[in-house]
Amino acid sequence: MPPRPSRLFARLVPAVPFLWLVAFFLVPFLIVLKISLSDPASAQPPYRPVLDWAGGWEGLSAFIAGLDLESFVTLSGDPLYLDALLSSLRIALVGTGLLLAVGYPLAYAMARAPARWRSVLVGLVILPFWTSFLIRIYAWIGILRPDGFLDAALIGLGIISRPLQLLNTETAVLIGLVYAYLPFMVLPLYASLERQDPTLVEAALDLGSTPRRAFWTVTVPLSLPGVVAGSLLCFIPMVGEFVVPDLLGGSETLMIGRTLWSEFFSNRDWPLASAVAIVLLVVLVVPIVIYREAEARRLEAGR
Amino acid sequence: MRGGRLTWFNVTSLALGFAFLYLPMLILVIFSFNDSRLVTVWGGFSTRWYGALLQNQPLMDAAWVTVRIAFVSAALATVLGTLAAVALTRYGRFRGRTLFTGLVYAPMVMPEVITGLALLLLFVAIGLDRGFWTIMLAHTTFTLCFVAVIVQSRLVAFDRSLEEAAQDLGATPLRAFFTVTLPLIAPAVVAGFLLAFTLSLDDLVIASFTSGPGATTLPMRIYSQVRLGVTPEINAASTILIGLVTLALLTAALVTKRRAAR
Repeated sequence: MPPRPSRLFARLVPAVPFLWLVAFFLVPFLIVLKISLSDPASAQPPYRPVLDWAGGWEGLSAFIAGLDLESFVTLSGDPLYLDALLSSLRIALVGTGLLLAVGYPLAYAMARAPARWRSVLVGLVILPFWTSFLIRIYAWIGILRPDGFLDAALIGLGIISRPLQLLNTETAVLIGLVYAYLPFMVLPLYASLERQDPTLVEAALDLGSTPRRAFWTVTVPLSLPGVVAGSLLCFIPMVGEFVVPDLLGGSETLMIGRTLWSEFFSNRDWPLASAVAIVLLVVLVVPIVIYREAEARRLEAGR
Repeated sequence: MRGGRLTWFNVTSLALGFAFLYLPMLILVIFSFNDSRLVTVWGGFSTRWYGALLQNQPLMDAAWVTVRIAFVSAALATVLGTLAAVALTRYGRFRGRTLFTGLVYAPMVMPEVITGLALLLLFVAIGLDRGFWTIMLAHTTFTLCFVAVIVQSRLVAFDRSLEEAAQDLGATPLRAFFTVTLPLIAPAVVAGFLLAFTLSLDDLVIASFTSGPGATTLPMRIYSQVRLGVTPEINAASTILIGLVTLALLTAALVTKRRAAR
């Protein structure tokens, strides 16, 4: 550690981004919590503040006395919300599994490719991630809809005789999720596979292991940090995903991100939307903390 | 990992993986030149949807708003993100560090509906009129984290003794940063800016929550049309966006390659 410069600049370096994130990321969540405890009202903005800061202690005790957790009661009383939450978790879990199944062979093949190809292959995986998420999901509407490209191709090849009717089903949502999140899964997997020492697998083979056994007992366990990072990086945002279920899922696919959106924009129930956000946050806080720890450890290891 | 062993399995994985990633976009691009209004039937080559696009004033207005927001927010996010990265790599253990790293990593995985709702409620609470500036502030906040992570990975990778040498030779920390550190991390800072720019350009959910009546961004406009179905005009707009991003990335790749060659 060089001598800590005590100049103004040196103090501002951590302070400015820190204060920015506190003001625009941490404080907003406290406001969400506060609004989730207020009562809905047909006003502008559409909620009745229950906590009156100007009232001091009296205001605070009135707040605690009047606290009826109305929004949370509504949430737990209506099975729709629990169903949406559970089906989001299920879809995100299945999606993560599919992403591993699709992403692992791809990342493995990239890491085993000749060294001079690798940076090009990594670039090709990153490129779709830079192009619009919305457009990439939109592209699938034309492919999956009845008489779309997939149906036309499969009927043309004689594999199916009737249209598959995939659009507006959960299958379509899963295809869209795997497509949209694939770069997020492949890159951490590739990073951990590429770093591996190939002599370890060779040693296992020399000692009489079959290639398959060497893969499962050497390669896969050593790539676990990448598996964990990639899975969390995909799973967490997928639980709250809005665009994919909205465009590909039709009206039947229940996902919590969509529920929050419609409570907010269609029903204009801000306290209920905030309560949904709080519940979602509580569900995701554990994976988020694990993710942060895993990332910090990965960066330390890269030093 | 040493390479060179291209087994059939690996070649198939690569071919299938990249076909899956690129075919949908390729179809989109090809059919933007389709003369027919029927989006799945080929009716001959035509650029008429691009002409129609230029006539679509609301779409062009939205595109202009989006580019301005992306530019301002990416510039701000680059400065803030770089500062955050320096703080995370060069300040050791300072008070509030755990909270700080949490605040840097959380927005990247946080579902956008939550971030959007939280920011909107903040803007309502402080009585800020929603529109251009609120979207800009929101985009700065979530993109600065991506900049921070990119710059941070570059900062941990390079030799710190260069900075220390500059300071030993009498440079102030500020001067050492601008003459030694910044040139070394410049590629990561540029990459961070480009990523922040495209993320802002692309965002639908957070912009929908934080925008007001006056400001409609391109993704919001595209989304409202996409909900009504696939149109060749949107295919054309998508093709232009894909083309712009590809061009920007190729330029960035060439610039870094030339730099590395020097």
